[in-house]
Amino acid sequence: MAQIETKDLNFYYGQAQALRNINIAMEKNSVTAFIGPSGCGKSTLLRLFNRMNDLIDGSRIEGSVMIDGADIYARNVNVEDLRKKVGMVFQKPNPFPKSIFENVAYGLRVNGISSRSEIEGIVEASLQSAALWSEVKDKLNKSALQLSGGQQQRLCIARALAVAPSILLMDEPASALDPISTSKIEELIFELKKQYTIVIVTHSMQQAARVSDRTAFFYMGVMVEFDDTTTIFTNPKEERTLNYVTGRFG
Amino acid sequence: MIKKILNNFQVGVLAVSSFITSIVVLLIIIFLFKEGSGVFSKSLLEDGYVLVVNSRNTVNSIAPKDIKNIFDQKIISWKELGGADSAIQLFSIDDISEYYSEEQIGSDLEYMDTCINNYIVNHPSVLAYFPKKNIAKKFNGKEIKVGTMGLYEFVKGREWLPTARPVVQMGILPLILGTLMVSLGAILLALPFGLVTAIYMAEIAHPVWRRIMKPVIELLAGIPSVVFGFFGLIVIVPMVQKVCHIDVGETALAGSIVLGIMALPTIISIAEDAIRNVPNNMREASLALGATQWQTIRSVVIPYAKSGIWAGIILGVGRAVGETMAVLMVTGNASNMPTTFLQPVRTIPATIAAELGETSAGGLHYSALFALGCVLFLMTMVLNVYVQVALKKKSK
Ligand SMILES: Nc1ncnc2c1ncn2[C@@H]1O[C@H](COP(=O)(O)OP(=O)(O)O)[C@@H](O)[C@H]1O
Ligand SMILES: [Mg+2]
Repeated sequence: MAQIETKDLNFYYGQAQALRNINIAMEKNSVTAFIGPSGCGKSTLLRLFNRMNDLIDGSRIEGSVMIDGADIYARNVNVEDLRKKVGMVFQKPNPFPKSIFENVAYGLRVNGISSRSEIEGIVEASLQSAALWSEVKDKLNKSALQLSGGQQQRLCIARALAVAPSILLMDEPASALDPISTSKIEELIFELKKQYTIVIVTHSMQQAARVSDRTAFFYMGVMVEFDDTTTIFTNPKEERTLNYVTGRFG
Repeated sequence: MIKKILNNFQVGVLAVSSFITSIVVLLIIIFLFKEGSGVFSKSLLEDGYVLVVNSRNTVNSIAPKDIKNIFDQKIISWKELGGADSAIQLFSIDDISEYYSEEQIGSDLEYMDTCINNYIVNHPSVLAYFPKKNIAKKFNGKEIKVGTMGLYEFVKGREWLPTARPVVQMGILPLILGTLMVSLGAILLALPFGLVTAIYMAEIAHPVWRRIMKPVIELLAGIPSVVFGFFGLIVIVPMVQKVCHIDVGETALAGSIVLGIMALPTIISIAEDAIRNVPNNMREASLALGATQWQTIRSVVIPYAKSGIWAGIILGVGRAVGETMAVLMVTGNASNMPTTFLQPVRTIPATIAAELGETSAGGLHYSALFALGCVLFLMTMVLNVYVQVALKKKSK
């Protein structure tokens, strides 16, 4: 059974329809890349998986999004619990203006964990998983804002990992970073996919090709094609996909 | 070419006008402090009067506070002032008829000066208090020096009796405390309401509702302070009186409530801006970790907007403290040392406003009111510097 699955999904910002009839299914512990020209609806779809779009006034959803077989838009769903299970990393690193330690501990504290030793253990483990521990272990009480952009983004990943999600949504996580930081993030994604189901939006075709198992190509709110990454990049069925991946438009 | 000259001219005008403005502001401050400093160099004795003792008395000068205590009968012996072991015998010109007959004084008071002199000579332990003009030509008494007041006495003195006789008492501690108490009370009252309203408007209210609320609240800021004072007098003061079961409702508490209400529009407006300026990605980061909206507001939004919120509170209360009228009308204005919020208190601005009309320019009382102005200026300056520092820390 797929871990994330949408059925006949339509989404509207007020009158404007941003997603049209999306049907997609993503397996556990897979990395799925969303590609497509800017404004085609990649972020919108991603943010439907943790109900981040709930915050937008006048938005409306039709169809369903199933995670682990349950409709996450059903009435009795606890949105906070959903978001703990479905972590998110944003395009621009957005650490809190708190210490490195407190950034990672934040998700634990809001979930009612107060044991100091438990928090310390999880913070260290999360920073280890995000490949940041060795760089920050001596300055955990320093402000997170002193870190470089790449370190900040890995801190945001550690912060997301701390609440033990099973899915990790990443919206262009490396687009604001330099090439070295980018490759560190990509290596990290490789490591993380052993434990997490990852959906990553990217505008870099190379990145999609490097990190993902499956790739979905979107165009103007429609999912044009969804297949194994190698197929999408070498032998797509749709001409629009071919044009896009070969750089003829977009 | 002409364009360049015109440009230089405009820049020049700007530079000159800003320079002049700064100079004027500086001059005003210098004037304030110069007038205020007069309080430390003028005699505290009632103008035109002298204190005189017998020429054999060893006491040469008496501190202002002791003089008051003598006339209040708290000091009764010269010994307490470092003199002989004899009781102080007070003599005031008003008592002259008790000692001398009308004939002796003369029908036109022409022998008054001599009578006073005689009395002083005949009474070794006298302390006489009479107008300077009544000092006899052949005078045998000794004039007592009354010390001037030091900064310490001014700031730490517990009594504000600027028109007392024979010496005035000018301790401003009760006024400073009154001001601080009323302001602090206002902050404590306005903080929760202002913050809650600001949070509600910025984070929770529907945009349409906010668009209605914000201008209405800002309208409050335009109400003249005397109207708030009137409202306080008619509504708040009786309410305080009733609720707290006290005899007079004009108290520090009433002042705090009125000030708090006056400060609310500024607090809400600035705090709301500060909260709305918190980047949305901070909220998203928190919510994406499974935090509730309330947890997000409490742990991320408010800490992020903290310095802006403080700026709003301090500006709001600072502005309201300066709004003398309303406070003057509801605090009772008794200049005793305040100990609870249910006592009448007197603030510095209220003191200046109420008393400046009674003073003569250049006099001691007049200087003292200017010195009070300096104290108020320093108090608000400390607040403003704090706000600036807080804001700068945030922008880093
Ligand atoms: N909060 C919003 N309100 C209204 N329209 C939005 C909002 N966010 C995105 N859109 C619109 O929805 C469409 C898809 O946007 P998005 O999902 O961000 O695209 P992508 O991530 O693929 O660049 C765009 O046309 C965009 O203008
Ligand atoms: Mg996007």
